[in-house]
Amino acid sequence: MLKIKDLHASVEGKGILKGINLEVGAGEVHAIMGPNGSGKSTLASVIAGNETYEVTAGDIFLDGESIEDFSPEERAHNGVFLSFQYPVEIPGVSVTNFMKTAINESRKAKGIEDMPAKDMLKLIREKSELLEIDRKFLSRSLNEGFSGGEKKRNEIFQMAMLEPKLAILDETDSGLDIDALRIVANGVNKLKSKDNAVVVITHYQRLLEYIVPDFVHVLYNGKIVKSGTKELAMELEEKGYDWIKQEAAV
Amino acid sequence: MDLKDKLVSSFLAFENNIDVHNPVHDVRTEAIKNFETKGFPSKKMEAWKYTSLNSLQKIDFSIFPKKESSLEYKDVKKYFIHQIDTYKIVFIDGVFSSNLSETTHDGVDICLMSSALTKPMYKAVVDVYFNKVASKEESLTTLNTAFSREGAYIYIPKNKVPKKPIEIIHFSTGNDAALMLQPRNLVIAEENSEMQIIERHQSLTSNAVLTNSVTEIFAAKNAIVDYYKVQNDNDSASLIDNTYVDQKDGSHVKVHTFSFGGKLLRNNLNFYQNGERIDSTMKGITIIGEKQHVDHHTLVHHIEPNCESHQDYKGIFAENSTGVFNGKIIVDKIAQKTNAFQQNNNILISDKATINTKPQLEIFADDVKCSHGCTIGQLDEEALFYLQSRGIPKKEARALLMYAFANNVLESVRIPELKVRINKLIANKLGVNLGFDL
Repeated sequence: MLKIKDLHASVEGKGILKGINLEVGAGEVHAIMGPNGSGKSTLASVIAGNETYEVTAGDIFLDGESIEDFSPEERAHNGVFLSFQYPVEIPGVSVTNFMKTAINESRKAKGIEDMPAKDMLKLIREKSELLEIDRKFLSRSLNEGFSGGEKKRNEIFQMAMLEPKLAILDETDSGLDIDALRIVANGVNKLKSKDNAVVVITHYQRLLEYIVPDFVHVLYNGKIVKSGTKELAMELEEKGYDWIKQEAAV
Repeated sequence: MDLKDKLVSSFLAFENNIDVHNPVHDVRTEAIKNFETKGFPSKKMEAWKYTSLNSLQKIDFSIFPKKESSLEYKDVKKYFIHQIDTYKIVFIDGVFSSNLSETTHDGVDICLMSSALTKPMYKAVVDVYFNKVASKEESLTTLNTAFSREGAYIYIPKNKVPKKPIEIIHFSTGNDAALMLQPRNLVIAEENSEMQIIERHQSLTSNAVLTNSVTEIFAAKNAIVDYYKVQNDNDSASLIDNTYVDQKDGSHVKVHTFSFGGKLLRNNLNFYQNGERIDSTMKGITIIGEKQHVDHHTLVHHIEPNCESHQDYKGIFAENSTGVFNGKIIVDKIAQKTNAFQQNNNILISDKATINTKPQLEIFADDVKCSHGCTIGQLDEEALFYLQSRGIPKKEARALLMYAFANNVLESVRIPELKVRINKLIANKLGVNLGFDL
């Protein structure tokens, strides 16, 4: 489904991704781990099309088609979703209205009519129950004054609403207490199917106890230096990242 | 003949139609002398550095309308907040329209300045308040004072609250090729009274209109006044709004100014805090484009201790539009424990748009909290990416962010139907259907 080939990206002339190769198949869960500053969030942003980063070499394919020239919204319309580490606050626009706009813009891009209000309400009800989100929460301004946990839960709610093919969860576990973590992970697991894929970006192994990965990759200094199965995540939890750094230095 | 000469000579014609023996006329006579000496402000003056009235002075404005006109309510309904019941004081080409208005004398006076200035029953109030807070030096204010005859007169006695909000609307019909209007409003809120006022100027054709308006607001002890100015006129109409507010102990006065339309808009908003525990709030949203010009000049004079002032002005400038924000705060030596906040944030969405923003703080007390901030920027790229990543195209995402940027100024609007109306005007002005019901 997702294929990344020799991806190099930089910001303000500074190279951050230095040749990433990654393949994610339908129905798979991949975890990308690594120490701070290794390029994890940059990779997530570049896949989603953030123009702050300049792709200097390589390519990204979604279902065989290069999406490198696609705008962020075109990538979204093609099924890419990024759960942000720091979701942006949008005062004056309620969660519900924001979702209506997002869904109907995607439909418009595909030449489908707006979703009827009744269906929209039903969908919102169904998905908010999945994430155990209170109805009142939906009429609040998007992310404004939300706690860390509320923001992350809201991100996964948006994912549930948009039903992406490829979901990238960037540090979704940061700022979550154990209950919120369980709700978020449960939401992600319920949305998983043989037709979609999830890439979990995390510093810690904690989230991976709930969202169990098929593959684990270690990103260090802009490159994937090690790949393995979920046992690799446990090894990292136990030993930290120093041995990876040493191995990479050799 | 230039506009100044025309105005000065028109004063003689004006005197033929009013009672020159009324003591009020002495005030007018003094005022026209001041205007005659000073004339229109020029760009050489610091306060008018960025706003030129030169091109307006070249227009041959009629000083008095040629004839009286009437309008049908159904044709102008959309300019009212018609979803709710309101008192209405409506003028057509400067002349009171009784069929569009709904005035009252039931416990409160919501009526006409022409009555207040001429009828004996109002004399005691007029003697105390008329032209008492308005400047006797500023030339445009004195020009208005010289021609003061008509406008809204609102008197809310002690402990009274009118049953509904008050709308003041000035229509111009375009019967004259170019018309100058000089409405004069007097608003008095006695102790513990409360009121809400919505004011609007609306030209119905593309003929030129210049309005030079003066409003005096007096808020006695613990009175609450909410004043909303809706400035969405068409692009051949210009407005100079001079508003003066005198506040006493514990009073709260809020003025919201929504500037979306008009050729040239100048708001001179002056607050004088003559008491303690006073709260003065000034908020504004400006969204303009093309060659529009909006200038906000605010003044808060903290004269006594333990008072607050809050200013929050947001501006979005497109195309060749120009904006000015000048916020002056004076804190007298005696005015300890003053809290004065001022914020002016601007977004320029065109390379050709301009904003000149200037905080001007003169603080003579040493135990005060004063903060000011002004920003001029573009839209937050990260926020834009966030919206786009949810499938919202860049153009709509930008509109949504601009909407969000301006929107929080509306939080303090206490008339829900007005809030909805302003929200719609903002969405409309940003030119994009945001895809949801506001």
